[in-house]
Amino acid sequence: MRISVKAVGAAAALLLTTPAFAGWEPTKPVEIVVAAGAGGASDQMARMMQAAIQKNNLMKQPMVVSLKGGASGAEALMYMKSSEGDPNKVLIAYSLIYMLPLSAKIPFNWRELTPVSVVALDQFVLWDNSAGPKTLKEFVAAAKAASSPFKMGGTGSKREDHVLTVFLEQKTGAKFSYLPYKSGGEAATQLVGNHTEANVNNPSENLEVWRAGQVRPLCVFDKERISYTTKVTETQSWADIPTCKEEGVDVQYLMLRAMFLPGKATPEQQAFYVDLFHKVTQTTEYKEYMEKQALKPIFLTGKDMVQFLEEDDALNKSLMTEAGFVAK
Amino acid sequence: MEAFGLLLHGFAVLLTWKTLVLMMVGLVLGIFVGVLPGLGGPNGVAILLPLTFTMDPTSAIVMLSCIYWGALFGGAITSILFNIPGEAWSVATTFDGYPMAQQGRAAEALTAAFTSSFIGSLVAVLLITFLAPMISSFALKFGPPEFFAVYLLTFCSFVGLGREAKHKTVISMSLGLLLAGIGMDTVSGNLRMTFGSPELLRGINFLVAVIGLFGISEILLTMEERLALRGHAAGISLRVVLSVWKDLPKYWVTLLRSSFIGCWLGITPGGAIAASFMGYNLAKRFAKEPESFGKGRIEGVFAPETAAHASGTSALLPMLALGIPGSGTAAILLGGLMVWGLNPGPLLFVEHKDFVWGLIASMYLGNVVGLVLVLTTVPIFASILRVPFAAVAPMIVVSCAIGAYAIQNAMFDIWLMLGFGIVGYVFKKIGIPLAPFTLALVLGNRAEDAFRLSMIGAGGDLKVFWSNGLVGSITTLAIVLLFWPVIDGLLGRVGWRQQDKTATQ
Repeated sequence: MRISVKAVGAAAALLLTTPAFAGWEPTKPVEIVVAAGAGGASDQMARMMQAAIQKNNLMKQPMVVSLKGGASGAEALMYMKSSEGDPNKVLIAYSLIYMLPLSAKIPFNWRELTPVSVVALDQFVLWDNSAGPKTLKEFVAAAKAASSPFKMGGTGSKREDHVLTVFLEQKTGAKFSYLPYKSGGEAATQLVGNHTEANVNNPSENLEVWRAGQVRPLCVFDKERISYTTKVTETQSWADIPTCKEEGVDVQYLMLRAMFLPGKATPEQQAFYVDLFHKVTQTTEYKEYMEKQALKPIFLTGKDMVQFLEEDDALNKSLMTEAGFVAK
Repeated sequence: MEAFGLLLHGFAVLLTWKTLVLMMVGLVLGIFVGVLPGLGGPNGVAILLPLTFTMDPTSAIVMLSCIYWGALFGGAITSILFNIPGEAWSVATTFDGYPMAQQGRAAEALTAAFTSSFIGSLVAVLLITFLAPMISSFALKFGPPEFFAVYLLTFCSFVGLGREAKHKTVISMSLGLLLAGIGMDTVSGNLRMTFGSPELLRGINFLVAVIGLFGISEILLTMEERLALRGHAAGISLRVVLSVWKDLPKYWVTLLRSSFIGCWLGITPGGAIAASFMGYNLAKRFAKEPESFGKGRIEGVFAPETAAHASGTSALLPMLALGIPGSGTAAILLGGLMVWGLNPGPLLFVEHKDFVWGLIASMYLGNVVGLVLVLTTVPIFASILRVPFAAVAPMIVVSCAIGAYAIQNAMFDIWLMLGFGIVGYVFKKIGIPLAPFTLALVLGNRAEDAFRLSMIGAGGDLKVFWSNGLVGSITTLAIVLLFWPVIDGLLGRVGWRQQDKTATQ
């Protein structure tokens, strides 16, 4: 309990709420809105949170996962936008909150929602089939020498995966044809089946096929290596994957995983969820999940979070503009 | 033989009182959600998933998969009694099941549906038991061109083998394809035909359309004809059940063919929906008097149900072995697995033998227990037909509305459902078949994506659809089926000339 009291205090201080904490609590089951399909990284994370909250009795009301992956996640964004003032819905957001309004002109702005907290950062890794080239250098050389462009699997068009592919092209001079599949899982199996030459999946999406020795990680798109040193396969841990920069191709991208309430939530409601998700990050379920899926643990809220979002938004906007994905 | 030993081990894991009770509870809940149109398997499993968080993984998955089997059985009930498919793959069951109910053969149709569900699932489970490792490598052969070829085959078999006038089938299918295009286009990342409306962003949900097209339009037709729910409540007796079972051997070709189609499409994520339609069409194609289909023929129930269930069951295999869910419900189960710390993938079979074989054993047990359970409760369901139409109709409309709303929690979907009800009514009046429309709505997007991904990969070269034996043979078969009436005609003429010659000689 000590942790939670501290967290409440911290949250209250951060949000400058007066009086300190009015003790608002949800009176209806809380819906955790997932802006992606079943089984994807967001869905897995939502279900981890649902289980962590239920097993540790962190909230009186039950939590239900609601999948709103229609229109590449735009459905969830519009749903949150139209739920203004309803404190029983929490969005588990990722970079789509910056990208979709740019690429598809969805009338949505994350500033209209109530930020709760950033709960994790997700990595991207360049993978190829385990029968393919063994290092990034060999891979780039093979891609340049190939008669037809290498096929790069990804999820969604004009999104993180696509942006990374464009930057990979710019930095290496190799050409790729980008195939947007419906989910990271599909991109993974298509790589195993040799229908594509590579993908830029999140660690969680390729974890199982990596453990089975069917794909090989070439490099991670971050400025430093992943910190987890426990062996994942027989010979390698996440920390053994070099960064792309080490391998001579400086492309970096991290994706946020953040919680938002609909617009016009009261400071009390906001404080309740800040506290709730802070408690979630203290559970063993969360910690195990972070390590297993090779996510970067982080907890930002209040002003820090807004500052982070503004910077991240600016970065994504410039990447999208440079890649030519902004709709006119 | 190793598989057999492991299976026995699985039964040992399963045969405890606690597990058996969970199984029964799951089945009853499943039948219940299956009967409510729109609620169906995926939603039922999603709602009940949190209940299982505190159980151990094996008990939890046994209960959830029993809900799944129960929903599979339950979906057939409303299709046959009210012409409202409870699940997408029950659409084809309505074609002959509902006419049978109208003729007072509801009990017979229900028995046929349940029995064939059982047979289909059984064949698929046997397949999973003995071929699991081989099948997962087969599924990996499917890239975009192969997927497109399978969808093409489904569409072509509809046009080529359907009994309705070809132009009407094509009109209906084109309308479906047009509506399927609404929403986000995943290949380009742009919005299409949404006209700035946030409601249209997510596209038209297939189930909403189906509930309207079939359920609401049926109510409208019945109202117009001032009839009570047509059909007599036939009490199911052991005699009916036995007489249906006695005739089973006569239909072994249909059952076998549908099981095969179902397993094949389930493994190659083509899905139960495509399987049920294809099973039905092929049964019709190869029947001696195809005209009698759609008028209450028992084979018209056997064929789609067997295929749908073979496919629904075998869809669990790619989910376990590859982590690709073959159906909506499988996708929710996948989410459940991850909560329990089991990651589907090639290593699941190696690292969690208890769990995998417990699940496979539960498929056998769940199916047997489920069959007994539904057969004994049929009289209750069949007696619904005895209730006056005036009392049942509002209940059906309300349950349709709840179903349509529950899919995406959107009021807009209820209006959409009513709109489709009117479309369905008009289509029935002017004789445009509904099935191609719904098929196009389900598979249109996937077929389009698969085609465009193939084109991106191949640099726009259509030869990719003949680039290897697998995709080449499926594509060729699709084209043969599309032009089947012409080919059949030509063959007939050649045969006739030969006969003619021999006659003159």
